[in-house]
Amino acid sequence: MRFERRELPYWSPQTSVASMMLQVLAALVPAAIAHVWFFGPGFIFNLFVAGIFAVGGEALVMWLRGRPAEVALSDYSALVTAALLAFAIPSLTPWWVTATGALFAVVVAKHLYGGLGFNIFNPAMAGYVVILVTFPADLNLWVAPRMGDIDYQQLSLVQTLAFTLTGNLPDGVSFDALSRATPLDVMKTGLNKLATVPEIRINPVMGDFGGRGWEWIGNFLTIGGIWLMIRKIIRWQIPLGVALGLLVPATIMYLVGPGTNPSPGFHLFAGATILCAFFIATDPVSAATSTRGRLVYGLGIGFLTWCIRRWGSYADGVAFAVLIMNMAVPAIDYLTRPPVVGHRTGGKTSD
Amino acid sequence: MTAPTYDLGKLHGGLRLPAHKRESTTELIKVVPIPSRLVLPIEQHVGSPAQPVVGVGDRVLKGQLVATPDGEFSAPVHASSSGTVTAIEQWPVSRRFGETAPCIVIECDGKDRAGPVAAAGDYRKLDPAKLLQRILDGGIVGLGGAVFPTAQKLMQARTCEIDYLVLNGVECEPYISCDDVLMRECAAEILSGAQILMHALQVNACLLAVESDKPEALLRLGRVLAELGDERIVLKQVPSVYPSGGEDQLVQLVTGREVPSGGLPTDAGCVVQNVGTAAAVHDWIVNNEPLISRVTTVTGDGVNTPVNIRARIGTPVQDLIAFAGGYTDRATHLIIGGPMTGKSVNTDEVPLVKASNCILAVSGAPGAGDELPCIRCGECALVCPVRLLPQQLLWHARADDDKKLRDFGLTDCIECGCCDLVCPSHIPLTADFRRAKGRIRELADEKARADRAKRRFEARSRRLEQEHQERAAELARQKSSAKTAGPAAIAEILKRKQKKGESE
Repeated sequence: MRFERRELPYWSPQTSVASMMLQVLAALVPAAIAHVWFFGPGFIFNLFVAGIFAVGGEALVMWLRGRPAEVALSDYSALVTAALLAFAIPSLTPWWVTATGALFAVVVAKHLYGGLGFNIFNPAMAGYVVILVTFPADLNLWVAPRMGDIDYQQLSLVQTLAFTLTGNLPDGVSFDALSRATPLDVMKTGLNKLATVPEIRINPVMGDFGGRGWEWIGNFLTIGGIWLMIRKIIRWQIPLGVALGLLVPATIMYLVGPGTNPSPGFHLFAGATILCAFFIATDPVSAATSTRGRLVYGLGIGFLTWCIRRWGSYADGVAFAVLIMNMAVPAIDYLTRPPVVGHRTGGKTSD
Repeated sequence: MTAPTYDLGKLHGGLRLPAHKRESTTELIKVVPIPSRLVLPIEQHVGSPAQPVVGVGDRVLKGQLVATPDGEFSAPVHASSSGTVTAIEQWPVSRRFGETAPCIVIECDGKDRAGPVAAAGDYRKLDPAKLLQRILDGGIVGLGGAVFPTAQKLMQARTCEIDYLVLNGVECEPYISCDDVLMRECAAEILSGAQILMHALQVNACLLAVESDKPEALLRLGRVLAELGDERIVLKQVPSVYPSGGEDQLVQLVTGREVPSGGLPTDAGCVVQNVGTAAAVHDWIVNNEPLISRVTTVTGDGVNTPVNIRARIGTPVQDLIAFAGGYTDRATHLIIGGPMTGKSVNTDEVPLVKASNCILAVSGAPGAGDELPCIRCGECALVCPVRLLPQQLLWHARADDDKKLRDFGLTDCIECGCCDLVCPSHIPLTADFRRAKGRIRELADEKARADRAKRRFEARSRRLEQEHQERAAELARQKSSAKTAGPAAIAEILKRKQKKGESE
């Protein structure tokens, strides 16, 4: 009897890129719901705009490259990029800002470098930084979180949609009434005005550790992140590295000067620290790939984030820290290669 | 009773795979009857093929030498039953995925007549060197699948300082259960083989490693070992993780020593032998039966009644499948060996050889889907038992960057296939690495050939140059002597030349 030959191993992998990406998206759902609860329905529209432009941009590039678009789209990586971008921007963001970020992320940062697997920079962060420097005013408009005693005003669903589409607020509503500085902004400007940390923390946007509302989103992101670790979609090295890289210098400085340095808890729960630790820095393509390398990579991101928050002109430093460490990845990977079994114990030396 | 011990080294990575061993271990080993035809490839081992010593038409007896080792690295082949040599011709073999190789074909007479068997002496009185020669004569090779000639392996080990004989009863690859059932049914033979091997090696410590998912084998070996009372042999239970049965991996597991890159287990003071090999050594040294049969597993969802069988070397695989109740409708692939490291063949005409530890008929596994680019998730590096970075190797393999491939340890890859099974992008990493290794080997061969040719050319050029210079020097000498000698001498030379001309 004749048989067809096949490559061994006989089995096929049980995992796929698509299922990994879908699980990352699923892990973001609790935090997304919290985001909508605290900062209004704008997140949904942002997600929608970012998703359409990320997927559309990817389809366009694949068409231009003469490749079947469904191959790229069916891995859902463009949707993950869109979701991360939506988490990074304020809930009230005009659609063209979001669209610029999404298109830059997918078309330039991802596909001009060769597409999935070949991009050097984290697409979501590259897209975010581009809109951060080109539309700085739009990315400052964070609304007040919906928390009991804060004097907040929230737009309705229709008003939010209208703002997303036109960039105009309803009559009689001013930006000032709607927006609040983020906890990181409050901290930075306060410290610049030589106020002490306890004085600054009296501001109602401050919560137990970070900012009100933000903390809760952080909690839900942590739940999602831990679920991803249990599912082995991400490993512990990068989240731990980011946390240590940020918390170690923050703790030392806090102990040295608690009046002029916010607590490590604040650093952890403010801004995008937790989102970065579990979802942004863990993008496998742009991260270091060896086990030890990932720890180094995470430490670098955490430390740079702290440096930028401490001395930089931006309130948060996550996006820049990630992009800088992306550039260091080849060097990290080369220098942290694990010793191949049999090379450590001498014997016949490697040439 | 020697209790199983757990003081083990650590293995990096590895995978827990679906075992699929129950199907074939419900019954005892069944003995397959003599086939009507035996096909004996002359190359059933690592090294140079054996040379046939029988001709077409010759009558052969069971256990008779039909091909003799050729060169330093080789092993003899014996007739597995009595009959007539009908051909020495090309025949499909599993080693070449069903392509042909030279084989001795014997039509069996069914009488299974053996030649006169000399009484086996007590091996303990034999000098180790003589014992090794005797093992060589038995045609014994590593039965775990690697088929390295056992005698040569032991001879090499004799030149090193050896602390342990490691007996490999791990059998970590899914579906294969022939060693498991052999340990259950022939524990005494295996342990006797171990004692013979220890005598041949002159070592006093044997670690017998068995995977924890073989409780019956462990129990049986422990009991027989207790009866034997040989305290040099220690039973070790190892975790059932693939590929803990790889030679270097097993050494690492049971001794905590790493086999150096490019080295052999002997560099870590160990000699590894499969339990089946130990039993074969016992059969030959004690019972005078050369390696003419082996236990093998016939299994998979492509055969009706999965079973472990003892069959004669040279029996066509189709006969063995028939013995196992024939194919089911689902059989689409035939793999000789395990599902991870075996050979997928295109025909069941291939014969059972010394290497065949499993005959696996399976239905087509669902396709892995399209291959996507590597997303550098690093899962492959986490499961790699030799701690490579397959995700990095892949880049260099596809770019043919040989320097980087060496740098990242391509030659240390044991081709276990673990990385393939965890890749979310469904990249056939092992196949890529196999290809890259083959290409580098070819390049090295080509370079060696070119170097040889260059050396020859240079030597020839040097010789020609030297001859030319010598001639020139001779001419100059003659000229100068002619000048100084004067007319009388010239006349003398001319006369000599004339004479020479006449004589010619």
